[in-house]
Amino acid sequence: MSFTGLRALLPKHDLRALLILAAIIIIVMPLFLDIFRLNLVGKYLTYAFVALGLVLCWGLGGILSLGQGVFFGLGGYCMAMFLKLEASSPEQTSIQSTPGIPDFMDWNQLTELPWFWEPFHSLSFTLLAVIAVPALFAFIIGVAMFKRRVGGVYFAIITQAIAAILTILIIGQQGYTGGVNGITDLRTLLGWDIRTTSAQYILYFINAILLFACLLAAQVIRKSKLGRLLVAMREREDRVRFSGYDVANFKIFVFCIAAVFSAIGGAMFTLQVGFMSPSFVGIVPSIEMVIYCAVGGRLSIFGAVYGTLLVNWAKTFFSESFPELWLFAMGALFIGVVMAFPNGLADLYQSYALPWLKKQRLRLPARLGGVKTPQKTTE
Amino acid sequence: MSALNAAKKPKDFVLSIEGLTVSFDGFKAVNDLSLYVEEQEIRVIIGPNGAGKTTVLDLICGRTKATSGAVTFKGQNLTKLKEHQIVQVGVGRKFQNPSIYEDLTVFENLEISFPRGRNVWGALFFRRDAEVINKVNEIASMIFLGDKLDKPAELLSHGQKQWLEIGMLLIQDPELLMLDEPVAGMSVSERKLTAELLHRITKDRSVLVVEHDMQFVEDIADRVTVLHQGKTLSEGSMERVKSDPKVIEVYLGH
Amino acid sequence: MFAEYSMTELTSIFAMQGFAGLLLFSVFVLMALGLAIIFGQMGVINMAHGEFMILGAYVTYLTSLFFSNYLPSLFSGYFFVAMLLAFITTFTLGAFVEWAMIRHLYKRPLDTLLATWGLSLILQQTYRTVFGAREVGVTLPDWLMGSYAITELIEVPINGIFVMVLTLFITFCVYLLMQKSKLGKQTRAVVQNRAMAGAVGINTEKVDRYTFGVGCGIAGVAGSAFTMIGSTGPTSGQLYIVDTFLVVVFGGASNLLGTVAAAFTISQAQSTMEFFLSGSSAKVLTLLTVVIILMLRPQGLFTLKIRR
Ligand SMILES: Nc1ncnc2c1ncn2[C@@H]1O[C@H](COP(=O)(O)OP(=O)(O)O)[C@@H](O)[C@H]1O
Ligand SMILES: [Mg+2]
Repeated sequence: MSFTGLRALLPKHDLRALLILAAIIIIVMPLFLDIFRLNLVGKYLTYAFVALGLVLCWGLGGILSLGQGVFFGLGGYCMAMFLKLEASSPEQTSIQSTPGIPDFMDWNQLTELPWFWEPFHSLSFTLLAVIAVPALFAFIIGVAMFKRRVGGVYFAIITQAIAAILTILIIGQQGYTGGVNGITDLRTLLGWDIRTTSAQYILYFINAILLFACLLAAQVIRKSKLGRLLVAMREREDRVRFSGYDVANFKIFVFCIAAVFSAIGGAMFTLQVGFMSPSFVGIVPSIEMVIYCAVGGRLSIFGAVYGTLLVNWAKTFFSESFPELWLFAMGALFIGVVMAFPNGLADLYQSYALPWLKKQRLRLPARLGGVKTPQKTTE
Repeated sequence: MSALNAAKKPKDFVLSIEGLTVSFDGFKAVNDLSLYVEEQEIRVIIGPNGAGKTTVLDLICGRTKATSGAVTFKGQNLTKLKEHQIVQVGVGRKFQNPSIYEDLTVFENLEISFPRGRNVWGALFFRRDAEVINKVNEIASMIFLGDKLDKPAELLSHGQKQWLEIGMLLIQDPELLMLDEPVAGMSVSERKLTAELLHRITKDRSVLVVEHDMQFVEDIADRVTVLHQGKTLSEGSMERVKSDPKVIEVYLGH
Repeated sequence: MFAEYSMTELTSIFAMQGFAGLLLFSVFVLMALGLAIIFGQMGVINMAHGEFMILGAYVTYLTSLFFSNYLPSLFSGYFFVAMLLAFITTFTLGAFVEWAMIRHLYKRPLDTLLATWGLSLILQQTYRTVFGAREVGVTLPDWLMGSYAITELIEVPINGIFVMVLTLFITFCVYLLMQKSKLGKQTRAVVQNRAMAGAVGINTEKVDRYTFGVGCGIAGVAGSAFTMIGSTGPTSGQLYIVDTFLVVVFGGASNLLGTVAAAFTISQAQSTMEFFLSGSSAKVLTLLTVVIILMLRPQGLFTLKIRR
């Protein structure tokens, strides 16, 4: 891409935000945190994928999905199935009544691997499935809903119901899914032990790189005409339709993208944390993921990452020190962010931190390049 | 309707509406309506509130599905098409309340309406090239907003918002332009400018206007259709319509 | 799958499952009524609806404790007092929430959803702090205990019958309230045309507040009835919220009859399937069917055409 193209894609303030975030995640965190905490941050960052998808889908497009945990879970489960099969070789499971199948299947009196588990012996299939399964699922939901012009609260409720259904299904079919415990005891990826410290470092960096790739993709979408169309649709869907666009297709697209982001996050979660369970799929986690996005600022892709980190850090802090207060804090967060700070941290940054920074800079005699006010459009 | 219309072959009309009826739970908002619009004609629909004027526009552009009847535009049956397809064959429609994207700038508002890259991939890889910029500039100066391109649309005055929406239609270059009460809420001077604008933009298209303001109607109309309770009450030049006893009855009352 | 059962057994199975279904139906209707008023009339999604219901249940629990300790002679009638108190408490809280929160968010329905979710978390934790995490149950007065044998194989518990009768009664009252009372008429006027309603002298803000309060109040009464057939814990409300939303949407949001019909369909389907499949599969199948039907017919099963 040409230089001007790049400039348009990453205006100065976005570039700055990107570099600061990169410095924090790639340099500061690994330098100052021990591996236990870093792994925790890595886990939080997997939720940031979901929040990022929600910025596109909900922030720009106005489509609130309360079922993003479904896609996070699908991605995570696909990955977990592969790892579980690798951990269930006949040698490792020789004490079972049926060796060679995952332990929970054996406990549930299954005697052979269900057909839909078979392809997950292959890593390339698994990686494809991590993307394709959630994308397909989102596509089906999107076509069914958006083509019939279901939107707003109806969409929110139905996606929530889907999250509920999937959770009940996973818990109910424990012979096939590991039930309420999920798929646990994952050890190696193609023989590489993912529980060692070095593996955790490597996975953290892979996760960070994937996150930045998704951030860039989100930025491309946001800065394209498609991004502006999403904003336009959020405001005046009819006007967009009567400007010659098939509105549903755009919604389906962005919903699928959000699903794919979430699924990547889910898969990285499985790899870093070593298990996947229905507690990341259901209603409660799904709506919590919305608050990550809202706290960061529903319109800001960088805000989504900070919001996720902040809320999860607070959650960990509270549950270590004042577990009984956490729900109060979370509840207050939901109410506060909606009533008082609808544009979240990003807005605080824009209206307080940025002007302050500018003032500081103006005091400097040296010219540090023209300080242009950022265009206030889809920020 | 008039002998003149009946004598013409249907294909001389840009738009022909025949026997159009829509019923909302038994209430016929538009009832067996027929209407023909010629090329480069400015046709104004007037009528009391609730006469069904907006509903007629809704039916043409596909926002409401007709119960029966046909809408033919350049030989194509519009009742079978989806809304965005109707736009793509060349029908543009302005809503009664200014319907623009307040969170976007004037430039972006116009750019979105530029008829290129209308599918997902097209929109993703759309480039703001010289052609787009020139066209946006041209339209913007036409709708008196040439110096407001970088402004967020929410900062425009009510009249400017109406113009912007007209501009968003013009940039699509439709063959049939439908305007629902374009000067409602405008100041006198804004009305004049709008009338001027309409005259300028009808050079190569037909226009269907719904309007209440009689001064404005006289100013722009080639012909007028009076709608009452979903039916045509009278049709013809403004003079003819004004002297039609049925119209006087409906407007001036009993 | 029917082969193992005799004909009479099958009949009684269906009768018993039908009864279980009716009980579930009562719960759905009780929860959905308040929600349908709030969502259907005001377009507000109240995620804390279940917690309002639980509040009613806790009020009933406290009342029962009070009566058994201080007014044991009147114990058999405590329930009616409890129901009234439950209504008053939840109505008041509802009206307060509307004033403090909801009214600022009418233009942002999705945000209301998030804010009320936050409220539900706070209420849950409050219940946990005050009443403990364990479920509490009330002591039934004598006349609600025991069961009534219709045939040798079919027995129905009296408290269940009572709840059903109560459900019918409450539904009837709500119907009267919405169709005939001044508040009901004003609410519908405000829904149809807010500006106009305001212009003819209806205090639209007050109507909003009362409507929301009444919706919550009905939830409280529902919670009160709920104690007759089940115990109450801090998170009991959340258990049913998705089902209830589906009931309301399935019923076509804006009409009470539709809500009742939807509640009936869903509960009967679920309880009948529950006998033949595992509980979770039955639930999955029911919810899935509802979701698919909603995808095919998003306006719900029973709707009027209204102008977009
Ligand atoms: N979708 C709809 N459902 C029910 N009634 C409608 C609908 N659309 C229009 N109407 C009714 O049709 C009549 C005509 O409305 P409209 O076309 O807006 O009138 P006008 O624009 O001439 O003032 C009105 O009585 C209106 O209430
Ligand atoms: Mg009108």
